Amino acid sequence: MILTSAAIIEMKGVDKWFGEFHVLRGIDFSVARGEKIVICGPSGSGKSTMVRLINRLESHQRGQILVDGIELADDVKAIEAIRREVGMVFQQFNLFPHLTVLQNLTLAPTWVRRMPKREAEELAMQLLKRVRIAEQADKYPAQLSGGQQQRVAIARALAMRPKVMLFDEPTSALDPEMIKEVLDVMIELAREGMTMLVVTHEMGFARTVADRVVFMDRGEIVETGKPQEFFSAPKTDRAKLFLSQILGH
Amino acid sequence: MSAASDSVAPRRLPGGRAVEWLRANLFYSVPSALATLVLLYLAWRLVPPFIEWAFVNAVWRTGGSAACRAAAGHGACWAYIVEKHRFILFGTYPYAQQWRPGLGILLFIALYVVSSRRACWRPWLAWVWLGGLALIFLLMWGGVLGLPYVEDERWGGLMLTLILATFGIAAAFPLSILLALGRRSSMPAVRTACVIYIELIRGVPLISLLFMASVMLPLFLPSGVSIDKLLRAQIAMVMFAMAYLAEVVRGGLQAIPGGQYEAAEALGLSYWRKMLLIVLPQALRISIPPLVNTFIAFFKDTSLVVIIGLFDLLSAVKVGLEEPAWSGYGIEAYLFAALIYFAFCFSMSRYSQRLERDLARGRRHILREE
Repeated sequence: MILTSAAIIEMKGVDKWFGEFHVLRGIDFSVARGEKIVICGPSGSGKSTMVRLINRLESHQRGQILVDGIELADDVKAIEAIRREVGMVFQQFNLFPHLTVLQNLTLAPTWVRRMPKREAEELAMQLLKRVRIAEQADKYPAQLSGGQQQRVAIARALAMRPKVMLFDEPTSALDPEMIKEVLDVMIELAREGMTMLVVTHEMGFARTVADRVVFMDRGEIVETGKPQEFFSAPKTDRAKLFLSQILGH
Repeated sequence: MSAASDSVAPRRLPGGRAVEWLRANLFYSVPSALATLVLLYLAWRLVPPFIEWAFVNAVWRTGGSAACRAAAGHGACWAYIVEKHRFILFGTYPYAQQWRPGLGILLFIALYVVSSRRACWRPWLAWVWLGGLALIFLLMWGGVLGLPYVEDERWGGLMLTLILATFGIAAAFPLSILLALGRRSSMPAVRTACVIYIELIRGVPLISLLFMASVMLPLFLPSGVSIDKLLRAQIAMVMFAMAYLAEVVRGGLQAIPGGQYEAAEALGLSYWRKMLLIVLPQALRISIPPLVNTFIAFFKDTSLVVIIGLFDLLSAVKVGLEEPAWSGYGIEAYLFAALIYFAFCFSMSRYSQRLERDLARGRRHILREE
């Protein structure tokens, strides 16, 4: 397949069902290299599912998804190739509890990228410094706070040197006082030019870094726009209603 | 002054701390006091007679059963054990060569001890096991280095029990992991095959499997081909243990949250790496208690090979009793066998508790301390 555009992610007419439930309807969407996109919408709108399609944690039933020029289908090798290039940060962190922080970071580079152990550890320490948690390298995840765990999770994804980073509600499971330390790391990452797709309701974050805000409702992309336009003058009633609900309190 | 009035204010008593301890631990309520009294009474009725029988009046000297006949009824006849211990430990292995299974038992125990130390959990441990087991078989079979050949039909006693249990567990455990993974596979054919295997094997008694292995299997083999009886029994036991262990492992796998699988997949780990590096280490750790439970049951189940004519520890004891001069000393013989089984099973149990504690350290434990 020949790469024809600068887009790193392309979705064309994507539909997805969970049993009878039509979670995603005719999604057409593309992400350019280096673009930062915030996806928001009410719960059950399909935003998490859309992000999880990109690294095939969910599979779509209709349409086409291309990531870095590779089409996502049932080919296991293609899926693994895409996953190597796409980092993911989960709402519940999902660190490996039986491994130390350092081992969490070196596991995938050594086993998947076949990086020598020494090199992987140096890279891991660099990344831990970057997320300001280097002194915790030898602890186990359960010994860290939620904010620290999520920063480790970001570093773990970065250790694979991904081309795209997906964030699935990265601050939703955190206590309020820990949200900022995670968002700061994400803002820094955005400034360094990483391509990012972030599912979040942190509108401050969206204003600061997003190139585009994508608003989803009932499995559809209802509206996309630059953050200042979207927040000050949403075009659709559904977006207006949603914004009044999340900004109202 | 009565004891009752003292116990109201125990601090004033000399030795008051002992009284306090008694009150706190043995007499803290009416039911607890009753239970304590009943147990004390039973101990008083049972323990002294047992000590008298087992030690004071016991006969230890060998040289025939006459002394035992004289002590019959009020003293244990340990002379029987002294006389027969080599048969119980080594079965019908040629008498002059019994140092070989003796050394084999020591080798087995050495392998267990080495493997129990976490510092030794390194790749070289696999080579130590391969070397150790090869050496044990070399010793048992002989035929080289001037050791006379001993066919495995003559292996027996404790040594046979250890061989069946060690090989059984060593083969069944890895296979059971595959079976458990297969049962959770997304491939319908693999999943169905594993479910059928597990349910079929769990649905029949071990004895019937052993019978099939020893009686039926040879009927189906082409003439001229024969599989050794010991090997057949071993295979039947592995097949049986596999099915049970697989269900234990599956329980552990089910306890691992989906997020762990997803995180491993999102990093690009392949199925096998995901399982070996992320899922199984966690699943097996939480499965330690039921796994060891199954190991212990399996260790004792090896005694069922008696029905196909193999002389393991328990059947060696039984056969020894068939000698007319020594018939009637079953209690002593079975106590001795029980003691050996208990030593192995209790060690497994204690070790598994320690292992659980060690593996939990550095995670929840430290968190609680901070």
